[in-house]
Amino acid sequence: MATNTTASPTGTRLPRDEDHPLIFERGAAGASAAWLPPSDVPCVDPAFAFGEDAVDTAGPEIPEIGEMDLVRHYTRLAQRLFSVDANFYPLGSCTMKYNPRVNERAAAMPGFARLHPYQDEADVQGILELFHRLRLALQEISGLAEVTLQPAAGAQGEMTGLMIINAYHRSRGENRVKVLTPDSAHGTNPATCTICGRQACTVKSGADGRVDLKDLRDQVDEQTAALMITNPNTVGVFDEQIAEIAKIVHARGAQLYLDGANMNALLGIAKPASFGVDAMHFNTHKTFSTPHGGGGPGAGPVGVAEHLRPFLPVPQIVRRENGTYGWDEDRPKSIGKVRSFYGQSGVLVRAYTYIRALGGDGLRDVAEKAVLSANYLAARLRHRFEMPFPPPYAHEFIMVPRFAGSDVTETDIAKRLIDFGIHPPTMSWPIHHCLMVEPTETESLDTLDRFVAAMLTIADEIENDPERVRTAPHTQPVRRVDEVSAARKPNVRWRPQ
Amino acid sequence: MRYTQITQEQTSRMLTAIGAASVDELFKGISHEHRARGAIKLPGGLSEPELMAELESLSGRNKACSDDEMVCFLGGGVYDHFSPTVVNDLAMQSAFLTAYTPYQAEASQGLLQLFYEFQTLVCQLTGMDVANASLYEHASAVAEAVQIACAATKRRRVLMSRAIHPDAYRVAQTQTYEQDLELVPLPIDGGVTDAGALGAALNEETAAVVVQSPNFFGQIESVAELADLAHGAGALLIQSADPISCAILKRPATLGADIAAGEAQPLGIPMAYGGPLCGFLACREAHLRRMPGRIVGMTRDADGKRAFCLTLQTREQHIRRERATSNICTNQGLLATRVTIHTAAMGRSGLRQVAQLCVNKSRYAAARIAELDGYRLKFAGPFFREFVVQSDRPVRNVLDHCQGRGIAAGVPLGGWFPELKDCFLIAVTEKRSRLQIDALADALKSV
Repeated sequence: MATNTTASPTGTRLPRDEDHPLIFERGAAGASAAWLPPSDVPCVDPAFAFGEDAVDTAGPEIPEIGEMDLVRHYTRLAQRLFSVDANFYPLGSCTMKYNPRVNERAAAMPGFARLHPYQDEADVQGILELFHRLRLALQEISGLAEVTLQPAAGAQGEMTGLMIINAYHRSRGENRVKVLTPDSAHGTNPATCTICGRQACTVKSGADGRVDLKDLRDQVDEQTAALMITNPNTVGVFDEQIAEIAKIVHARGAQLYLDGANMNALLGIAKPASFGVDAMHFNTHKTFSTPHGGGGPGAGPVGVAEHLRPFLPVPQIVRRENGTYGWDEDRPKSIGKVRSFYGQSGVLVRAYTYIRALGGDGLRDVAEKAVLSANYLAARLRHRFEMPFPPPYAHEFIMVPRFAGSDVTETDIAKRLIDFGIHPPTMSWPIHHCLMVEPTETESLDTLDRFVAAMLTIADEIENDPERVRTAPHTQPVRRVDEVSAARKPNVRWRPQ
Repeated sequence: MRYTQITQEQTSRMLTAIGAASVDELFKGISHEHRARGAIKLPGGLSEPELMAELESLSGRNKACSDDEMVCFLGGGVYDHFSPTVVNDLAMQSAFLTAYTPYQAEASQGLLQLFYEFQTLVCQLTGMDVANASLYEHASAVAEAVQIACAATKRRRVLMSRAIHPDAYRVAQTQTYEQDLELVPLPIDGGVTDAGALGAALNEETAAVVVQSPNFFGQIESVAELADLAHGAGALLIQSADPISCAILKRPATLGADIAAGEAQPLGIPMAYGGPLCGFLACREAHLRRMPGRIVGMTRDADGKRAFCLTLQTREQHIRRERATSNICTNQGLLATRVTIHTAAMGRSGLRQVAQLCVNKSRYAAARIAELDGYRLKFAGPFFREFVVQSDRPVRNVLDHCQGRGIAAGVPLGGWFPELKDCFLIAVTEKRSRLQIDALADALKSV
């Protein structure tokens, strides 16, 4: 255990770990921050109700703490955390845009937050109408025939899309076992193939970051269920071959699946359906401003072309002939259910609020400003940071920092950015030693310029004071964290001493 | 409304720096043909007052569960529990709301510590050795638990109780179908899993037995007995557990379960029409490296100071791609945050008090309803928080009548279980008062 200590104001020495104790190291038995009324019905002894054998007379070891210390504990934890609200967050492929406050206000309205999923349809017509409008809006944005709102996240959306495609092939008496993914694909794509019982096969990219058409032609065959593609792709370029790619894939009866992670660059510019996309998912937490929440909740609605509609999950939100809204279970070819109830309802309320606030023109403005901002940063930095792919870029770009005679890595640069109050870009993916920068549309020119200044300062430091970069960050509650030991001897929970 | 900040004049300056004549030029990688059809035909954006008026109107057309509008006796996986005001305030701090997954450990210590606390609380509640930092919801937690069991036993047959939440069963059906796993339903006898049928169904191909206790009908399963049967055949026992009942009943690990999966919604998460929720997954140490999703570990920084980071990432899709344990890339961060703060606010005695109140009130309600003509309790066994009522009158009429009195009386069961078409499920949490329960009984009587 650590023996380091810091001085407290009273002069006593405290173990440094106790600067930020765990909740289990605080409080005292008998303290509480919750006050419930006494029972207004007769009390029943659990041993009588369930039998002696079934009952745990002590109960789990849960900490007990008063309200003041509870507030202080979790307020301090929130202070030891970068976030979009406090920091520029140019995290490539994650679209860390501003999360509007009105979205939160909408989701917290009692008529949305206090609904039980099994309330009668007649009592929840408002939220059902909202879902239906959102469904139509996503259909319009993608150009696809029908959207399901059920998947809980992008990864679950991918799984849903691939299951729909599998069901479609099966309905035609085919069992296609292969799914192609470009080598630059998000890791979820091949992982999804596996959990859908398919074999993931990698298609090469050319030196320009685009799909190698020859390799694609060689690999796509009658065993191929689908090609999963991201466009603009993960290295930040629009693949203008997309229509050609669709033709190649469709000629063999395979389906084109679009990973919608990069929709922010396409909103109002082009519709995936016009590229020949058969199915895609949206990430509401990327494109439609729902908060990332420290890693969820997201939502991953899936859109499909006409021929895939019968296979969508149940239940589907529908407008009935009498003008009321409800859930349709009667879809005999459906793949079934992928998530409990109807989906991430509260997240969907936020996404609807965002789309309604911006309207069609505002969504196009999003794509334009996102792409403008990325290209601006690239233009300002390319004289110092190598960029392997030529501009123009979509909403993000990749740089591969190389400094003559220096062993400073992309991780060092990323950690040094933290000292400037900037969250690091995505590191070391999709190509080795890269940084992937996505500013999003919501940053001001001032913030973009500050990022440029920070990057140029770091470039100077690499040449003049590399140790400063290599040992960064210098401003955080902890210094470089030992992730290797953490994985070697996992300690994933506190235990009573 | 617009959330962009770059002005027209700044756009010109930025284009100059880029060396482009127009913003359009930046999209030249997309053909004209595609761009010509790109316009989104949606109504124009709204101002904030217009937007809020529209949302108030949509929200206002729903009957929110509250003492004035709709008294909630609905359960079946989502419950109307109390959560202290301070929980919502702390969980909705803007840093928790707007941070990303804490990949950058040095800039994310607060959230990493919080997830470590969450994992520990899940272990304490379930009695298990290790837990992950949450999953989408109950159904995905069960589906992932099944994956762990199949990988651990290298077997492909899963026996799942029909008394588990129907959505969990359906989601497992959707997933196992694609993976060519055999999913076998275990029948219900008297409201609980039929142990005899389990004995007959178990064989050397069986990877896991999945039961929920308290089950979908609120009934307590004989988990220890079912676990013995499963273990006897070399299968794992997966228990879907309720976190509130874990405060007073023996925990999954004590009962012999190998994996505990469940829904943490009762711990401070709004019902929000069924989402977002917060699935939890905990297991014996032996299965740690097969767990899906985010896991936080304790470690040291360069000065030897206690620190936290995401760990065991080599299980995950962004490293292992098609060989990953799962395709899941997120947890339910904000919900795990809420659950952690709620559980700490309640404390051990607070949680036990909630569980005790649920026992008292659900038994009071069951006794009141069982006295009424034309209603009876369907199952005889002990139940937690919810119970099944059989009605001589058509269930739809009964529920509609109560709805007219501002009472959401229960969940009809016939849609899932044709043999229970004359039954509905009533949940009674600590929030329901004696007066409300009496009003429910009066409403049922007057149908």
